[in-house]
Amino acid sequence: MMEIFYWPFLDLVIWGFITVYLMKFQGQIPGAVTFFLGALILWDVLFRAQQGVTISFLEELWARNLMNLFASPLKPSEFLAATMVMSAFKVAAVSVVMVVCAGLFYSYNIFVIGLWLIPFVLNLVMTGWIIGVLTTALIMRFGQEAEVLAWSMVFLFQPISCVFYPIEVLPGWLQAIAWMNPATHVFEGMRAVLNATVSPVAHLAWATALNVVCLSLVVALFHWMFEFCRERGLLVRIGE
Amino acid sequence: MPTPRPVLQVQHLIKQFGDFTAVNDISFDLRPGEILGLLGPNGAGKTTTIQMLLGVVKPTSGSIQMFGRDLETDREAILRQVNFSSTYVSLPQALTVEENLWVMARLYGLPQIQLRIDAIVKQLEMEEFRHKVTRKLSSGQSARLGLAKAFLTEPKILFLDEPTASLDPDIAQKIRSFLKEERRVSGLSVLYSSHNMHEMEEMTDRIIFLQRGKIVAEGTAQEIVARFGQADLEEVFVKLAREE
Repeated sequence: MMEIFYWPFLDLVIWGFITVYLMKFQGQIPGAVTFFLGALILWDVLFRAQQGVTISFLEELWARNLMNLFASPLKPSEFLAATMVMSAFKVAAVSVVMVVCAGLFYSYNIFVIGLWLIPFVLNLVMTGWIIGVLTTALIMRFGQEAEVLAWSMVFLFQPISCVFYPIEVLPGWLQAIAWMNPATHVFEGMRAVLNATVSPVAHLAWATALNVVCLSLVVALFHWMFEFCRERGLLVRIGE
Repeated sequence: MPTPRPVLQVQHLIKQFGDFTAVNDISFDLRPGEILGLLGPNGAGKTTTIQMLLGVVKPTSGSIQMFGRDLETDREAILRQVNFSSTYVSLPQALTVEENLWVMARLYGLPQIQLRIDAIVKQLEMEEFRHKVTRKLSSGQSARLGLAKAFLTEPKILFLDEPTASLDPDIAQKIRSFLKEERRVSGLSVLYSSHNMHEMEEMTDRIIFLQRGKIVAEGTAQEIVARFGQADLEEVFVKLAREE
C-alpha cells in the first residue's frame, strides 16, 4: 500500500508545488513548466514497473519462500513473467492515484499528450522491467547485501533518461550514452508531442527497438545468473 | 520376483564449493514405496544432497535420475512429481494457511484444488488454524503446514528434512502414522532425514550414513548397528560423529 499510495502521493505533492512555483516564471521558461508534472507521473510509471519486478522477488526472499518456488515445476521464465504481471498491476494502481491527484490538486491533465501516451507508457513499463530484471539478477547473485539496489539502481538511469530536461542539456559524450537508453527516447518523444515540433515516431520506434533488445538481454542474463547461482549454491543461501 | 526399478538413482554425485567438497562421490537409489533414511552429523552433506535432488543446487559431476529421466534435462516434469518439507524453509507469512496451500496447488497445476486442500487439512488435523495468517502459527503448526504443502501435491517422491523436529510427541506420532499410511496406499517413496534415531529406526527401510560428504555405511538400521558393534543407532551416530 505504501508503494502504491504513500510514496507516489508525496512525490506528487513536492513536485506539484515546485511546478506551481515555476509557473510564475512561465514567461522565461516557455512551455517547459507543465512538463514537470507529466514527467513525474511518467517517471513513476518506470520506477514502479521496476519495483514491481524487484520487490516481488525480494518478498519471496524475505518470506524464505524461494526454495519452495524454485524446487517446484515453476520455470525461471515463468517466475519472471509473474513478477512482470504483478508489476503491471502496481503500475496501473499507481498511475490512477497520481493522475487523479494531479487533476484534483493541480488541475493537470496528463491526457493532453493524447493517444501517444499509450505506446510511450508501455515502453516505460518495459524499461522498468529491464531495470527490474537486471536488479533482481544482481540481488540473486550477491544476496541480501545487494538489496539496496532495489531502490537505488533505477536512479542510476534517471540522469540519462532526460526526464525533467531535454537531452541537449547533457554533455556530448553523455548524450551518446543517453540515446542508448529507451527511456530517453520516450521522454524526448513526449517533449516532441507537447511542443509539436518534430514527429515522435522515430523516438517511439527507437524506444521500442531498444526495449525489445535490452529486455531480451536482461532475461538471458537472469537465466545465466540463475544457473550460476544453482552452481554456487547461492539460490538456497540467499533465502536463509 | 524382480526388484522394481528405482524411482531415484544417484550416481557418483559430487558437489564442490571452491576447494570444499560438500558431497564426495555418492551413489544410491530409492525404490518405489521405500523410506530411505539419510543420516549424518551436521555438515555431512545431507542438506546439499537434498538440494541437488530438488534441482536448486547443480552438481559438480555425477547424475541424478528420477522415474528414469535426468533431472538436469527434465527438471520441470520431474519436479511436478516430487515435493519436500524442511524446517529451514517457510511459506509467505502474510497469507493464511489455506491461501498458501492454494498458491502451491496452482504452482503444481493440481486439479480440484479445494477438495485436495480439504482432505489434507483434515488428515493433518489443521482445521482449527486453516484460516489463520501464517505468521501467527506456532512452530508446530508451521511444521504441519510445511508437511501439508509437501503432501498436497500427491508426490511420488518426498524429501523430508527433520519433519517432526518441532512437533509435540502426539502430533509427531500422528505424522509418522500418516506417512506410513500414505506409503502403503500410494506407494510413496521417501528420503527421510532426521536426528531422532528412534524415529529413523521406526520409519526407515534402509539408511545411508553420510560423513564428510561420503557414504560410510548403508543398510537397514539393524545391519548398521551390527556392523559397528554398538547397542543402537544413536550409539553408531555418536561414534561416527566423534570420529570427525
